[in-house]
Amino acid sequence: MSADTAHAHGSHDHVHTEGGHGSVKAYVTGFVLSVILTVIPFWLVMGNTLDNSLVTTLVILVLGGVQMVVHIVYFLHMSTKSEGGWTFMALIFTITLVAIMLSGSVWVMYHMNRNMMPMSGHDMTNQMR
Amino acid sequence: MMHTDTAPPGTAAPVYFVTDEEGHHSEGSTMLGFWLYLMSDCLIFATLFATYGVLGRNYAAGPSQKDLFDLSGIAVNTAMLLFSSITYGFAMLEMDKDNRRGTQMWLAITGLFGIAFVALEIREFVHLFHEGAPPWRSAFLSSFYTLVGTHGLHVSFGILWLGTLMVQVRQHGLIAANRRRLMCLSMFWHFLDLVWIGVFTVVYLIGVLE
Repeated sequence: MSADTAHAHGSHDHVHTEGGHGSVKAYVTGFVLSVILTVIPFWLVMGNTLDNSLVTTLVILVLGGVQMVVHIVYFLHMSTKSEGGWTFMALIFTITLVAIMLSGSVWVMYHMNRNMMPMSGHDMTNQMR
Repeated sequence: MMHTDTAPPGTAAPVYFVTDEEGHHSEGSTMLGFWLYLMSDCLIFATLFATYGVLGRNYAAGPSQKDLFDLSGIAVNTAMLLFSSITYGFAMLEMDKDNRRGTQMWLAITGLFGIAFVALEIREFVHLFHEGAPPWRSAFLSSFYTLVGTHGLHVSFGILWLGTLMVQVRQHGLIAANRRRLMCLSMFWHFLDLVWIGVFTVVYLIGVLE
């Protein structure tokens, strides 16, 4: 790096790497994808588009997961290479922990509930609504 | 670039550590550290989601999601947060262009969207209280308020942080320290939007379904 270019950027001692914070195109792409992935689940639920609520639940969960990936890639600029791969490692580790925590809690507590004494009739009527 | 033990005066100080070929380490380890903080924050939200997942259908004969939630209001809330995400992105792009005014403008717009989000959420909570659905009504409502409230608190503190940084940028300009802070807040802000995806999917949409 020559002294001239160093001086030209002297106002701030920073190396500007292209695409460090993404570009307008990347943000707009992410935004449009996000809007689509938000509108579809709201439309499915509010319009009662699919009759089957189990199918709707699964579709919504998948769309939510996809939208999270979109946010991570286009807004948080995560890649397998950022910060020498350490942020990606931390992300994978966290996702693993979160998956164990969520599925484990729901799974264990569901079975515990089933094996407990039945609920009072008062609660039951409300559950069946 | 490095390994010059006898640096001529006026040039950068010699670097005595091994750097990557790409050399994108201008922010040092702050970004990695902040990312690790976000991941730990993610675990807080995961426990709250798990709690909601376990208790979300225990109504104690009280109101259920279907009785309480107004999805069109949640859609507006979601839009506010999504808009604020892209406007913050534009602020970062203006920062890259060294445009202080542009950065400040987009930061202000982001803050307004954030305030709108929090205001709508407070309005929703007040409405729920009036409907006879305070946190102590049932296990579902306790876990609901804890999860959504924690997210709302995060957004509120993010707005406070954003305001602080706008004052910093106004007084000191886009100096290296302020750039680093803005990048941390950027990650924080986008992360909160990401958590909100989980909230509106699991709590509101799926809650109303069954």
